[in-house]
Amino acid sequence: MAQDIWVLGTHMTAFGRYPDQDAVDLATAAALGALDDGGVSISEMDLLACGTLFQANAGMGQQVQKQIGQTGIPVYNVSNACATGATALRTVIMAIRAEEAEMGLAIGVEQMGKMGLLAGGARKEKNVYEPSGRYGAVMPIDGILGTDTMPGVFAQAGMEYANDNDGVGFEQFAKVAQKNHAHSTLNPLAQYQKEFSLEEVMGSPMQSYPNTLLMCCPTGDGAAACVLVGEERFATLSREQQARAVKISASVLTTDPYVESGAMQPDVNTLTRNAAQAAYEQAGVGPEDLSLVELHDCFATAELIHYDNLGLCEPGGAGDFIDRGAPWRDGDTPVNVSGGLISKGHPIGATGVANVYEVTTHLRGEAGDRQIEGANVGLAHVIGLGSSCGVHILEKSGIS
Amino acid sequence: MDYLVLGDEPHLQANECANCGARFFGRRNACASCGHREFKEVRVSDTGTLRTFSIVYRAAPTIPTPYVSAIVLTDDGTSVRSNLINIEPDPTKISLGMKVKLDTYVVGTDDDGQEAVAFGYAPA
Repeated sequence: MAQDIWVLGTHMTAFGRYPDQDAVDLATAAALGALDDGGVSISEMDLLACGTLFQANAGMGQQVQKQIGQTGIPVYNVSNACATGATALRTVIMAIRAEEAEMGLAIGVEQMGKMGLLAGGARKEKNVYEPSGRYGAVMPIDGILGTDTMPGVFAQAGMEYANDNDGVGFEQFAKVAQKNHAHSTLNPLAQYQKEFSLEEVMGSPMQSYPNTLLMCCPTGDGAAACVLVGEERFATLSREQQARAVKISASVLTTDPYVESGAMQPDVNTLTRNAAQAAYEQAGVGPEDLSLVELHDCFATAELIHYDNLGLCEPGGAGDFIDRGAPWRDGDTPVNVSGGLISKGHPIGATGVANVYEVTTHLRGEAGDRQIEGANVGLAHVIGLGSSCGVHILEKSGIS
Repeated sequence: MDYLVLGDEPHLQANECANCGARFFGRRNACASCGHREFKEVRVSDTGTLRTFSIVYRAAPTIPTPYVSAIVLTDDGTSVRSNLINIEPDPTKISLGMKVKLDTYVVGTDDDGQEAVAFGYAPA
């Protein structure tokens, strides 16, 4: 493989609601934080990649430059659904691997406010039917031919797994959310930091069976950033910088290959399996080596199926995996110790950078109350519907 | 929907890749599975099994809820996205793998009095 690449500096804003700041403010806070954390300045950056979904045409990267330094470096504004942040990271990583840059800044940001349910359009009250669109429909099909809404789409992905495997049902999915809410109580950066009992999770308002309100991620605002550096430049850094750096031992982005049902129900499994397999091969590690995993729990049903997709459990064994407490912070493979998207929050463009921030922080031993002791290898995973999957595997530097 | 064929025997019609047999609803420029560019129209089986579902309670304001969203696998191996109809939106009444059959119903009438017909799957 090409040269080693390192996370030199990283930062995330607390996720939540920022009515008095805009996305540029949030992205800037993350960018400056990451530069400071890495002990470097904007003048040392050869490249900037900035990811945002809902302001994809805003020239966000250039707007950030106006706040932190217009040095004339190339900016890549990227958008790739919920894999937007991971795509920004990949953009910088590819540039360094291609030796077009030695050091670069990746930012992910989103300001969603309380935008509510994503996808699923309303019908007009009065109209005249005319076939339109690719399928000749006379009205939006959401709610007539199944659901476009995210809680429903991911509910179906989970129920399909339940159809194929024993020991998976409403209670197993709910346990995922119970865990992530409990984990979030240790993370001061999480949007919500409140513990709920299993009964409270199962009894909260049903959104799309089996996903209740407490099993769905919130909308929110936030940003995260990473300074990445290639091998040659890394060798010139101070011992202190090198010791806190974390090695990116795998970086993979996949899309969904054709499967029979894919046009009807987004397949979030195959591309995750492909990405995980490629990442494990790149890194030379297996799922059993992982000290912690931050995976894309946009809904509780999604997290459960990714236990299997990422190889964290035996094939078909995701129900048993959660039942025996394996993904809890004191279990076999701690999953989403940050609180996950469900409780830490999911400002879409920020997510794929924020989970690398989280893993990096643990590998440095700087995660405070939520620190996973002795963490030396971690995996960060995101899925963007449509679909794209980003997987990064990170390793402790081993330099002291 | 263009792929719902009405008449005496309402049924779904798919475009089937002439090379690999992959089926698609709606027009395709080339096959997503193999890249081949020729398709033939085929009638899709009216019966199938429930592959997965969700009972949707929260949707955009004008969408009646709850409804049962489903993916049906037809007996000839085609996945179809639809609603389950003629069934209570109650997880204890719906079982994964249950047999279902295509049915049509009037889903709305426009300002000119023209009816829109939708399809769904009912317990078989």
